[in-house]
Amino acid sequence: MAGPAKPESAAFAEGASLDPLADASIALPEKVEMKKTREGFGRALVDLGEQDPRIVVLVGDLSESTMVHFFAERFPERFIQVGIAEQNMMSIAGGLAAMGKIPFLATYGAFASCRSADQMRVTVAYSNLNVKIGGAHGGISVGPDGATHQAMEEISIVRAIPHMSIVVPCDFWETYKATVAAAQHDGPVYIRFGREDVPVVTAKDTPFTFGKGEVFADGSDLTLIACGVMVYEALRAREALAARGISARVVDLHTPKPLDRALIERCARETGAIVTAEEHQVHGGLGGAVAEAVVQSCVVPMELVAVHDRFGQSGKPAELMDAFGLRAKDIVAAAERVLARKRAR
Amino acid sequence: MTLNTLAAGDLKAGQGAGRLGWSVEMLRAKALQVRRDIITLLAKAQSGHSGGPLSTADFGTALFFSELNVDPKHPQWPERDFWHFSIGHVTPVIYSLMAERGYFPLADLMKFRAFDGHAQGHPSKHDTPGIEVSAGSLGQGLSVCCGVAMASRIDQHPRRIYCVMGDGEQQEGQIWEASMFAAHYKLDNLCGIIDYNRKQIDGDVQDIMGIKPLADKWRSFNWNVIECDGHDMADILRAFAAARAHRGSPSVILAHTVMGQGVSYMADDYHWHGKPPRMDQAEIALKELGTSYAEWSARLLAN
Repeated sequence: MAGPAKPESAAFAEGASLDPLADASIALPEKVEMKKTREGFGRALVDLGEQDPRIVVLVGDLSESTMVHFFAERFPERFIQVGIAEQNMMSIAGGLAAMGKIPFLATYGAFASCRSADQMRVTVAYSNLNVKIGGAHGGISVGPDGATHQAMEEISIVRAIPHMSIVVPCDFWETYKATVAAAQHDGPVYIRFGREDVPVVTAKDTPFTFGKGEVFADGSDLTLIACGVMVYEALRAREALAARGISARVVDLHTPKPLDRALIERCARETGAIVTAEEHQVHGGLGGAVAEAVVQSCVVPMELVAVHDRFGQSGKPAELMDAFGLRAKDIVAAAERVLARKRAR
Repeated sequence: MTLNTLAAGDLKAGQGAGRLGWSVEMLRAKALQVRRDIITLLAKAQSGHSGGPLSTADFGTALFFSELNVDPKHPQWPERDFWHFSIGHVTPVIYSLMAERGYFPLADLMKFRAFDGHAQGHPSKHDTPGIEVSAGSLGQGLSVCCGVAMASRIDQHPRRIYCVMGDGEQQEGQIWEASMFAAHYKLDNLCGIIDYNRKQIDGDVQDIMGIKPLADKWRSFNWNVIECDGHDMADILRAFAAARAHRGSPSVILAHTVMGQGVSYMADDYHWHGKPPRMDQAEIALKELGTSYAEWSARLLAN
């Protein structure tokens, strides 16, 4: 099977911008390829545009930041610059979808999920229009721009709205595949991706199924369920746990909605403990979604690694990942807590 | 010619496909029927908005029975024009126009806002055939229509796009984002219609949050502005024709209307924005409109 590179391999080596040296307890091999998730979004749009004339791209004055400039250069007649008007853009995309287009809109996640939330709810979701929302700059790793631009509520907001789906890919290739899958999915989809170069942990031929999680590394003592860049941190945590004699399974749960409940239940039954990890607020995010599935199927101890009800701040991405407790070492600590509770049962 | 002198068949002809191009007399007769529908369905539901539906009834009738190229039996007909009420709360007039035009049976109007009907309080694509985009949160419809207009341009489709807005709705910032967009892209396939009845739910628009000078605002946003008497059928048709003939920029029709028009005790009274008549009040209104609840509800249920 063409799966992701094993964590023992070079593929999970030190990341350049998300400085893994911040956690010296985890030894990692040589350099890993680093690439922007948003480039996966931008490249996929061009390929989709080649294949399907219904693909239309809208942007709110952030063409290069969201990397839709590739599409704009290739298909200027299907590229719509909306200017700085996210609410307008969301409803315009709805109108395009009502006429059979497959519109992808692109802006920062903070604006896509919050500023135009009512337009997403009423125009797009209530009508179940085939709009694809590209939310760039998700997470604390956005860095120096600070709290207003560090989107950390998208999973909670989007998954609360009926008809909406949300996918949070972990690297360049998965973002490419998630964007293609969004185009193939009939209905509104939110795609959350980041700003920074992040480790490429999957390959072009790694399986990706919309709405299904992937077991990236097997284990028996507990399961680490992560999305986005935290998948890399979970794989690093698995190495550290292995060194302590703990066998951790790692699941890339890239689609918080629709949620792969069957896989979550299987992991709960087979490993008896779960740690979730997300670069997102703790309330209602991936951890919340997994917990909802766990309490309704197979109750096991859980720990949630996430941002705990606070706004972000300026800083270097690596500094912020450390300060907000979103590192492999934080996952390791959560794993030890959850295993203590598992043993005490 | 009045409704009484028109053969019933003349008005029934309004359910076919295409652009009907009805005469002023027939439109006036149909608008009277629409007002009877509105009062009757509101009285039955004992819930819903009275004022706006009555102020939009005349230009709404002109839109549906003269201007629009649609096929009610095939709402997704590819050649169709696109219509959208950004003011989702005027469902009584929307559903009346749709039923009279043939989208669904008139009997469905008697299940307005009912649990076992499709006619939701605000228009729902999921529930009602012919509603293309749901509405209910003010300010979004013109943007939706901009998207439809852009899609039509990309497809080189001759479709015309009509968006009905409220005057109070002009207070929503998104209206002006959409206004800027449509003018920037010179969307001359787009025609906005503003129900300028000068009232909103809390009172007079100018007292709540003034919108004047409204025509100058739209002109300064580079739209072709047309004003008309929104209760004068000939003037309404003139306005639609002027919008249709205009090239190079989007058009907006400021239809000067009276909230509650057609019912003496509702006219120009903002208290009737968001409430239905009690049954005794409905009987008074229907008597003024030349019928009774028993007669008109029977007509709806039979069709």
